[in-house]
Amino acid sequence: MQRQLNKVSTGIKGLDEVTAGGLPRGRGTLVCGGPGSGKTLLAVTFLVKGALNNAEPGVLLSFEERISEIELNSASLGFDLEDLQKRQLLATDYLHIDRQEIRETGEYDLEGLFIRLAHAVETVGAKRVVLDSIDTLFAGIPNHAILRAELRRLLHWLKERDLTAIITAERGDGGLTRHGIEEYVSDCVILLEQRVQEELATRRLRVVKYRGSAHGTNEYPFLIEESGLSLIPVTSLGLSHAVSDERIPTGIATLDAMLEGKGYYQGSSILISGGPGTGKTSIGAHFAHAATSRGARCLYLAFEESESQFVRNMATIGIDLRPAIEQRRLIVNAVRPTAYGLEMHLARMLHVVQELRPDVVVVDPLSALQASGSAGQSGIMVLRLIDHVKSAGATALYLTVQGDVDKTDLNISSLMDTWITLRNHREASGLERRLYVVKSRGMAHSSDVRSFSIGSEGVRIDEIKEGS
Amino acid sequence: MRDTPQADAEPAKDERWDLRLYVAGQTEKSVRAINNLNRICKEHLEGRYSIEVIDLVRHPKLAADDHILALPTLVRRLPEPIRKIIGDLSNEERVIIGLDVRKHGSAEGGEKSCQAKAQVPPPRATQ
Repeated sequence: MQRQLNKVSTGIKGLDEVTAGGLPRGRGTLVCGGPGSGKTLLAVTFLVKGALNNAEPGVLLSFEERISEIELNSASLGFDLEDLQKRQLLATDYLHIDRQEIRETGEYDLEGLFIRLAHAVETVGAKRVVLDSIDTLFAGIPNHAILRAELRRLLHWLKERDLTAIITAERGDGGLTRHGIEEYVSDCVILLEQRVQEELATRRLRVVKYRGSAHGTNEYPFLIEESGLSLIPVTSLGLSHAVSDERIPTGIATLDAMLEGKGYYQGSSILISGGPGTGKTSIGAHFAHAATSRGARCLYLAFEESESQFVRNMATIGIDLRPAIEQRRLIVNAVRPTAYGLEMHLARMLHVVQELRPDVVVVDPLSALQASGSAGQSGIMVLRLIDHVKSAGATALYLTVQGDVDKTDLNISSLMDTWITLRNHREASGLERRLYVVKSRGMAHSSDVRSFSIGSEGVRIDEIKEGS
Repeated sequence: MRDTPQADAEPAKDERWDLRLYVAGQTEKSVRAINNLNRICKEHLEGRYSIEVIDLVRHPKLAADDHILALPTLVRRLPEPIRKIIGDLSNEERVIIGLDVRKHGSAEGGEKSCQAKAQVPPPRATQ
């Protein structure tokens, strides 16, 4: 009988999207990666989410770590494996093999493994199985010919019982895995990598192979944080967001005037680009001030100034942010871009956005994140931040440093709904600032170049007088 | 029974081999392993051993105790340290080395194993 390829949700944010629905039901999936790449945590998440969200109990056979160690590590993701075992949603077994104390003589097979697995599966009525990690078997069982034959039998055994399995293996030098496990577990292969670049660690996940299914082939940044594992595929960006007709003021009346007199669209992404000292932060502060004065909640992610420095500087141009901070409407989250690795940065920002559920987010400046990694890496991260903020429904103002070219270094302009550029303009009378709206989707915005100045009353935007 | 202080120079005459053989049902391999083990013990450890055969098909839970994966597995629980031999025990020489059984055919050893004979229960099999 022909059977449609059924899929099982992994419960890992983003991975289901990349695999177009999850892992193949009733098949084995190979998860390979180096030490510390997150194989065990990925596999444990698959079991925990299956048990809690899909009513699919699981079995964890560990050849490497004691169950108590896995319980401890999983607790850092908020998983209570002990409780799941008590509730009969999870069965665990630790199969320790000490090569030192094993000798072989004559024929044998790994029936003991099958018996234990069958027993565990029966105990909880398991639908999911994890074997972590298969390499330990190769170290413990001297006869690899027997081991390979038994692995083949094991995969068949799992399939017969319609068990969806994750088998983890160490990354090999030549092939994907050290012992060529991909030869046996070949329906779906996921590769995890941890790379350290310029002393910053980033995890990557790639679906190497998925028989009979479409899948994303890119490398996706992969996060392990307190709230669990996640992988937000870049390609899922922005097409399903709810669109709002509501408008919100920029905080500068003359800038509103350039945007049909109404300001930005609510929930849109706005890019303010300009060279150093062109007044980007002032535009951000006006926006934050206006939002909080209306009673909205604003998150200001500051990468270049401390909170007190930012507040003081804005006070000198007539923007008083202290009341909003006291009322906890304005949350200034200041951190040095180099203080964390790329992955941590993103995790932190996503976490804060999730916690605070702000109506408005200002990132000052987005370009600072480039200091945290290579251009390619930060590009991906920036996309994910934009995506996340947009999904959260917040209106976001991204400030970014750039020269006098209408092209952003991060190549994000296509994701922006509104793009305003600032530039310094050399005149006989001195340095003048100019502002213009490069684009603003869904509105008849002004295409004038205006003069832009900052005084004790804040930002002023004027039409350029003839002959000036 | 020990009357000389040189106990560690040779195996103590009252040292006992506590053996456990794990098998999975009445397969050819299981039967071969049981027969081989009985024969080897009789020959080399007469009167100084006990064998417990555990069928994991009937008692799957017991597999965890000795971390059993491969079958058949012979576990030497005593004398310590614990040793494991996997396979149907068809290579007698390797079993003897694995169990660390010294040949007691020598003039000195032969007499001792006779003395121990009476204390040992017959091997029991649970299958």
